[in-house]
This record gives sequence, C-alpha cells and structure tokens, in this order.
Amino acid sequence: MNRIADCFQNLEQQNKKALIPFITAGDPDKDITLELMFELVKAGANMIELGVPFSDPMADGPVIQRASERALEHHTNSDDVFDIVSEFRKKDATTPIILMGYLNPIEVMGYKVFAEKAENAGVDGVLVVDLPPEESLEFSQIFQKHNIAEIFLVSPTTRQERLQRICEVGSGFLYYVSLKGVTGSNRLDVAAVAQKLEEIRAVSKLPLGVGFGIKDAQTAADVSVICDAVVVGSALVERVEEYNGDAASLKTNINSFIQELRQAMDKQQ
Amino acid sequence: MSEEVINHSNQHKQTLKNMPDRAGHFGPYGGRFVAETLMGPLNELEQAYCRYIKDSDFVAELEHDLKHFVGRPSPLYHAKRWSEQLGGAQIYLKREDLNHTGAHKVNNTVGQALLAKRMGKHRVIAETGAGQHGVASATVAARYGMECVVYMGAEDIRRQSINVFRMKLLGATVVSVEAGSKTLKDALNEAMRDWVTNVDDTFYIIGTVAGPHPYPAMVRDFNSIVGKEARRQCLEINDRLPDAIVACVGGGSNAIGLFHEFLDDNDVAIYGVEAAGDGIETGHHAAPLNAGKPGVLHGNRTYLMEDNYGQIIETHSISAGLDYPGVGPEHAWLKDSGRANYVSVTDTEALQAFHDLTRIEGIIPALESSHALAYAKKLAAGMTKNQTILINLSGRGDKDIHTVATYEGITL
Repeated sequence: MNRIADCFQNLEQQNKKALIPFITAGDPDKDITLELMFELVKAGANMIELGVPFSDPMADGPVIQRASERALEHHTNSDDVFDIVSEFRKKDATTPIILMGYLNPIEVMGYKVFAEKAENAGVDGVLVVDLPPEESLEFSQIFQKHNIAEIFLVSPTTRQERLQRICEVGSGFLYYVSLKGVTGSNRLDVAAVAQKLEEIRAVSKLPLGVGFGIKDAQTAADVSVICDAVVVGSALVERVEEYNGDAASLKTNINSFIQELRQAMDKQQ
Repeated sequence: MSEEVINHSNQHKQTLKNMPDRAGHFGPYGGRFVAETLMGPLNELEQAYCRYIKDSDFVAELEHDLKHFVGRPSPLYHAKRWSEQLGGAQIYLKREDLNHTGAHKVNNTVGQALLAKRMGKHRVIAETGAGQHGVASATVAARYGMECVVYMGAEDIRRQSINVFRMKLLGATVVSVEAGSKTLKDALNEAMRDWVTNVDDTFYIIGTVAGPHPYPAMVRDFNSIVGKEARRQCLEINDRLPDAIVACVGGGSNAIGLFHEFLDDNDVAIYGVEAAGDGIETGHHAAPLNAGKPGVLHGNRTYLMEDNYGQIIETHSISAGLDYPGVGPEHAWLKDSGRANYVSVTDTEALQAFHDLTRIEGIIPALESSHALAYAKKLAAGMTKNQTILINLSGRGDKDIHTVATYEGITL
C-alpha cells in the first residue's frame, strides 16, 4: 500500500490540491499531538508532517525551534513519535504521515532499526532536512526496503545538475523550499516560485509540494494553483504555542485555521 | 623486477596528509550534511577556495598580511625553567599567543576574509564561544572594510564581556543567541540560519575545523602554517623533530594546525587534549573523543556528546573555547586510525598548569592552551632530558583572568 501516491491520485480525481500541515510531535505533549492530528484531518488536511524534535534544529526559524524545545522539555524521543503514529493509525488507516527532522536521532538508533519501527508504526515518508542525496545512499536503500518514501528538499539555490540527481533519488513528492531562509521566514513570492516549479516539472514527474513562508489562506490559495501540495508549518505551530495548555481552545482554533486554508485552496480550482 | 616493486611501493607510499576525499570525507567522518539551500553555496565556496589557494596573487596577499598584520612567524620558545622543574623532556612552546588578537584564530580569519573579498561578499558572519574567533573575525572585517555580525550565546556573552566589547569597538554587531543552551553550538546554529537567509552577499567565517565540507579542510589549511613553521623551527634549533607534540582540542583548529604537518613523521607522537571538566566520570565535561560516539551535527559526521536518542547534551569546561559537544572530523578520523592519541585533563589540572606557566615562565596562557600544558606536564615527567615536547600555546590568557579569579573566589 502506498498512501502518499493514493492520496495524490484521489485528490487529482476531485480536482483538489493537498494541504499538509506540520506540527512537532510532543508539542506541548504526546496526547495533544495525537488529538491535533485527528483534528487536522477533520478540518481538511490530506497528509500530516510530524516534526521529530531535535536539540539543534539548524534549518528552522524561532517558532519551530521553540516547538522542539517544548517537546524536549519532557524528553519526547523517536520511540514516542512512533507511539503517536501507531495510535493515530488505529483510527485512521489512510492519511499519509511524513516524519520531518534531522539525521542524528535516526543515526543514533541506526537506519535499519529506525526504518523498521517507522514502517511498523505506519509512517509513509521521511524528510531529513540535513541529509542531501550525496550522503544518503545507504539511507535510501534501507528506507526503500521498508516502503518509506524519501522526500527531498529543492531550493531556490538548487542548480540544474543537482536538481536532476534529487529527482532521481526522491520519492513520494518533492518539497520546494519557497525562499532562502529558515522555516517561518517572510512571505513567499508566488511568481518566482512558479518559475522554479516549471524547471522542476521539466525533469520530474513527482508531485510538487511548496513550503516555508505560507502564513495565511490567501498565500496558500495562490500557491496551490501552481503546485500539488501546500505545506503549512510555523503559522500552525504559532497557534500551538499561543494556546499552550488549553487543548480545547487550541483544537477549535486550529480547526478553523485549517478549514479556512482548505476553503481558500478549493475555491481556486 | 625489484626496481619495479620499489617504484610501485613509492607510488603507494601512505600519507595521512591527503585527506579529505573529494566529497569532504575523512574515512567515515566529515561530509556535507546541510539543508538543500546551502548545498549550492557550499559548492561555490569549495570551487573558489580550490581556485584561490593556488592563485599566486591570493597567496602573496595572504602571506603579506600574515607577516605584517598578524606578526608571523611566531617564535618557538624553549621553556627552560619549567622543563628543568619538571625534570624530564625539554618543552618548547609555539607562541601563537603572540599573534595579533592573541590567538591562532586570526590565521584562519585572515584567510577566509581574503577569500570573501575575492568572492565579492561584503558581509561576513561568525559564531563565537569564548569570543576569540569573534574578535579575530571582527578584526579582519575592520581591516578589509567589511560588515561583520557575530553570533554568541547569551551565556557566553555574560562570561566574556570584555571580548564582546572588543568586537563592538571593532565595529561588529554582536547578536545574543537565546536558544538552546545559549552557548557556542547554539551560536553556530544561528549563524547557519543567517547564512541560509543572506547567502547572496554573505560569507560565513567558521572558526573551527568542523562544519560542512570544505570548512574542515579549509580552516585546517589556513591554520597549518603553525605546524609548518614549528616543524622548521624545531629542525633549525635542535636539528631534529620533537618526540611528542601536544595541543588542546575543542573543535580542534589549533590542534589540527599543529598536527597536520607532522602526520607522516611516524616517530613524532601526537596528543590532542580534550576538556575533562569536573572529570570524565562525572559527565560534566567536553570530551567527545574520549567519551562520546559518532553522529551528525553542524554539517559533518564526527564524535559527539549526545544522549541515547541523539539529542546533543550540554558540555562543561572552565574554558569557554573548549565547551563544544562536537569535534572536527579529521580528529575523529585520526583517533580511529590510531595516529593521534586523544587524552583529557580536568578544570583543576588545567588551572594548575595556567599558574605554573605564569609563575615559572612569565607567560599567562589561555585556559584552552592550559589543557595542553597540563597534559605535557604529565608526559614530560616520564621522558628523558634529551627528548623534546612541542606544545601549541594557542592563545594568551588575558581574557581568562576574570574566570580564574571567580573560580578561586577572588573579587577583582
């Protein structure tokens, strides 16, 4: 079973684009993360990107850094992340789950053990921010064997020859980083993104996701026209931070935010 | 036929000096583990570095500034009184403390700033722990008329207020980093975030032999002047190479700068000294090569201080410059290969060596370098009087007098 490919196929038939929210596992705690995942799906999310907390999140802006810190305050670890996904899978067998994080927590567990545990928990893809294709040969072989897609980033600074290499090894979808910077940076420039996506489409048939800098319904809607999936992270995590401790209000707020994005995106199609 | 065999073996003569490989690997260590946005800029940096390091104009300008601005070559000093008191080997100090700005760090910042200039980048950024690399970066930025931003952990800013003021006097902006443990590793994260955002006009001057390729090789090359000079000076003074060479290891830039030139001299024993803090057994230390395990951080694979789930743990050392949970990948490789020995000394031992050198030789050493001195003391005692130890005295200790006073309960 390949939940990511199925998801894109279903959306295409409905003439819709994928909405992929990002939250950090264990922020503010494991139970709330699980509840939020169900809430996100209920409000219109098509896949979920689950952040694996790391002590040194070099590619993240302050919002997601603080999310990692909150999760690490009570020692959320990779096994906790697998527990959350397993629990989610008991009630939701179709929504793809993508783990996003840094290499060291995977390296310390061992690629093989991590991939086995992830597969057993029901994880569909991994995006390892600091693992470029040049260093990922062994990693790719192992994760492929466990039916876990390896999602790679493409950035405004990615040159043609590397783009081709990334497209060859990537699976699931490609994640275009819409601007130079860290997560949660300034608003993106839709026209510039559109131009780069054209270049990518010329060399790859993989679906294209866009993230970094999507803060509101309008941007999500504008971007959805030119790509296959819209990733929203910091704007969502800011809400988790704001309602820290008040799970009921957090769920209501997040539900309406995701619905707003969903409706704005669907209107464009 | 025998001639053929000899030629063949000559061609394959083992050298340890030709690392890393093309992708920046030192055996299993090193490499380039960064987010996609930095891959292009790192390729561009690597190409520029490879080009200019062979460019005679660039090399001439570098040599000129090392001589006239930094004050190279630095002397090799025979610590006669100290050697005598220790009763063993003769100790020689490579006086990097006499460089402009007071440490070896400036060898690298001059090189990288000149490279930045060639690459058309007018803004330089740097991370700093104790503030020595920050000062060395701010210094060259002033010298070459560049904008300079230095990232420094809030905790280190508190501990090193004099260096913070020096950087400001030199025209740099010092940004306080409040994330994580508020120390060097967090400053490095924040500098990387700046670089990824402003990569078009900004050059990131990394201060140690860590980070993604080509930094470990480039920073080593700019610091290897230390070993080149010291090796030549040893031959001039004693007509022979030293029996042992010793340097402290945090990220490891002064150590690799000394070691690299001696790697193929198999009779020279090499010792890298890590910070054991309160003692390795207490867990409060900064000794990844002695007590850590391999992992990936700050763009390279190397030995790290981490917990069972791969989270980086906080380190401790009396010396802010050694207070780092990782170490340069070439050191990781030299450890595994057995060519270099990595040992450690505690805060207390380093402090005693700090006082010894100050009182016996009239040289106040940096607390970082005091770790090398402390280990050399132990080593010298077990050696004979006609043997020699070469120590990299990587920096001067003026910056540390407040730390020493506080540690000893003295109010200045």
